[in-house]
Amino acid sequence: MNIPFIHRTLDNGLDVLVHEDHNCPIVAVNVWYHVGSKNEVPGRTGFAHLFEHLMFEGSEHYDHGYFQPLQQAGASLNGSTNADRTNYWEVVPSSALELALWMESDRMGYLLPALTDAKFNNQRDVVLNERRQNYENRPYGLAGMAIVSELYPPDHPYHWLTIGAAEDLRAAHLDDVRAFFQRYYHPRNASIALAGAVDADAALRQVEDYFGSLPAGVEPHDVDPPVPAARTAETRLLLEDRVELPRLYLAWHSPSLFAQDDAELDLAADVLAGGKTSRLYRALVYDQRVATEVAASQNSRELCGYFQVVATAAPGRSLAELETSISEEMDRVCADGPTPAEIERGIAQAEAHFISRLQTVGGFGGKSDQLNAYHVFLGDASFFDRDLARYRNADAAGITRAATRWLRRQARVSLSVVPLGKPELALTGSMPVAVS
Amino acid sequence: MAVDRSRLPAPGDPPAYQFPPILRRTLASGLRVWTVEHRAVPLISLLVLVKRGASADPSGEEGLAAIVGDLLDEGCGDLDALELHEALGRIGAQLETEVGSDATLLGLTVLSRFAERGVGLVASMTRDPRLDVRDFERVRDLRLNRLVQIRDMPPALADRAFTELVYGAHPYGHLAIGSESGLRTMAIDSVRAFHAAAYVPANVTVIAAGDATHDGLAALVERAFGDWTATAAPIADDAALAAPPAPSTRLAVLHRAGAAQSELRIGHMSVARNHPDYLQLLVLNMVLGGQFVSRINMNLREDKGYTYGARTGFEARRGPGPFLLQASVQSEATADAIRESIGEIAAIRGDRAVTRAELETGRAALTLGYPRNFETAEQLARAAAQMALHELPDDYYTTFVPRVLAIDEQTVTRAAARHLDPARLLTVVVGDRERVDSALVPLELGEPLDLGVPA
Repeated sequence: MNIPFIHRTLDNGLDVLVHEDHNCPIVAVNVWYHVGSKNEVPGRTGFAHLFEHLMFEGSEHYDHGYFQPLQQAGASLNGSTNADRTNYWEVVPSSALELALWMESDRMGYLLPALTDAKFNNQRDVVLNERRQNYENRPYGLAGMAIVSELYPPDHPYHWLTIGAAEDLRAAHLDDVRAFFQRYYHPRNASIALAGAVDADAALRQVEDYFGSLPAGVEPHDVDPPVPAARTAETRLLLEDRVELPRLYLAWHSPSLFAQDDAELDLAADVLAGGKTSRLYRALVYDQRVATEVAASQNSRELCGYFQVVATAAPGRSLAELETSISEEMDRVCADGPTPAEIERGIAQAEAHFISRLQTVGGFGGKSDQLNAYHVFLGDASFFDRDLARYRNADAAGITRAATRWLRRQARVSLSVVPLGKPELALTGSMPVAVS
Repeated sequence: MAVDRSRLPAPGDPPAYQFPPILRRTLASGLRVWTVEHRAVPLISLLVLVKRGASADPSGEEGLAAIVGDLLDEGCGDLDALELHEALGRIGAQLETEVGSDATLLGLTVLSRFAERGVGLVASMTRDPRLDVRDFERVRDLRLNRLVQIRDMPPALADRAFTELVYGAHPYGHLAIGSESGLRTMAIDSVRAFHAAAYVPANVTVIAAGDATHDGLAALVERAFGDWTATAAPIADDAALAAPPAPSTRLAVLHRAGAAQSELRIGHMSVARNHPDYLQLLVLNMVLGGQFVSRINMNLREDKGYTYGARTGFEARRGPGPFLLQASVQSEATADAIRESIGEIAAIRGDRAVTRAELETGRAALTLGYPRNFETAEQLARAAAQMALHELPDDYYTTFVPRVLAIDEQTVTRAAARHLDPARLLTVVVGDRERVDSALVPLELGEPLDLGVPA
């Protein structure tokens, strides 16, 4: 099982990946720039994402907005920024492939001549509103900021979230946009994947036609911060928020994407909180009824990852009760390992998940996005089956070893999010943290 | 080749697309079994559509349909909740339950080699859920906790306030999650009675889509559901519901001290899904607020920067559904955003009639973009479920594109004049009264109804 593709690197350094899928008469165009919020510097956080917005505001040869001609051609399109990369995609009728290539190549090559103060100010307002909507005005919306700012030191690029700080967004300049574009937005720092109802060789030639003449640019230096020091004493934080029910976050440093123990911790998260048979759901929500919900995840990223467990207290129950139950269950996993049934279930779910990822050519997580992910992060777009093998080959001993190594109690950061004016509901010894 | 950057390349003729056949069978019990072949990936998607939803909640027991939906996977047949989820987990099945106003949907996607087991489990959940009192009490507590959490969720608060004001004492006048008093009032007997009355073959369509032949898919369903013979007295159909009387309120404010934004809902009662103008309204919506380049998003976001995004829709229900605009806007811009929104809704009725270019962009989303709605087995199953729920004609999906293309800009403007009425719009604001109240006065929407604080 795999995603077959052809790959070519153009003379200007642009990597082109093409996968044929004639199930539906559509084609996905997916462009990754290997830049994200980890390339930002303190004082200018949130910039990579603000820049992404400007990519939809028109370029030199078509300066009437990016959406209009594509939606007029029946396209679906979007983009996103995370710590490690920025992606842009269109899904178009196969007859509109050239239009999508024209548009993507024009903004890759000719964004700056169309840039204006008015666009910049407008999109900064839009992003500030995105930040209000998804972080400030959302219950528990600032928890993620509090956690990463403790897990990583201030000069580490994962110290801030991709949305950035509001004051940094306000401080950003048009000149910053120009410098950012020249540094990161060029063929040598990009990869384009097509997937869908195309002839692969012909599509590759079309990509070369549209992108081949763009200047190469200089490959940016890798971001290579020191590995955050191992945590040796538990840190307890407290955040008051406009919430009704207290919620406990527990977070640990964990391996980076595709590194040793990454898949094992993904499976450990599943054993702990994947579905109603998981250890934590069963103990906290089903049996003891001390929590209304519980989740666990291995958040693996390019430089390093973090593992997180989140549980919301049932009314009248304390975060201390949640903490005790979670710690007991995690200790049990570390001591005894997962059961054969848990391993079987985890692997079955991983396999189903991988196969379901083969259903769509485009959009976030579709086949074109996956090819770019494997290519950009591993330099090997054919990694699909080996990625699945990481899960198929995982065993109880490996999961136990990974959990024991990474998820030690003294290495964790806890965050108690409690209703405004009720700091006493936090775990004892929690220090207030300021985020906004 | 040198690229011609003086103009955009014109797309070629749209590629041919044919919606795959839906094969329909009806068993002796009245159960409808619909199948769609989709051989791209070794997966099967199963949807069980029960034509009963939150509108069937008894008065005073709001939330009952959703509780029944929640209890389907809390144990069935010989399996308790944990054993059932153990069984689902072993085959990597993805299960989801959705309770809407008109219907309940139980969905499963599973590797085709495990389809037999997966369909069997879904059949057991549908036909023979345990509906045990301890599970009921636990699940009800989780729902009550959810209601508590909603007090901090502006989108949910705004949806609830709009729904209650626009429908009043109508079967559609509450969200599926119901109310605290409704949840506390209901007993396990009500749960069992609801299941017995609603979950019978005559009310159910089972749709199987995916990597097998029609016969193979149908046989799979029939083996699991074929001997299901439960019956119940017919229940009133939502299609017979009358529109509620228009609310007298035009502006209502729910206070959230210190809110970073105002959550807005602006709309009024409109038509049912099977109204003859519905396709015209789909096109109208694409021009007005249904996609990025629509008027309202371009105005509120791309011109003014008031919001991360604004959108509109005509909600598809068997009975009358609302036209509704949704946006979360910067507090300082609340009144301006409302004024601009109402202005756009008014203008499209004729002052700024729909142009040819707008029409073409709006139709393109629905026609040129049509095939990408049907890329996966689950998407196809959902399309079939829409057809079953709304009793759309058999050729609905195959004739959709030409029917949309037959709609011209004058028709769309006339539909706007007929179906949008600025004077009837109800605006709900969930935000900080102290920051928005005085600015709302010049909107001349009357004295705002004070909805108090979230409770």
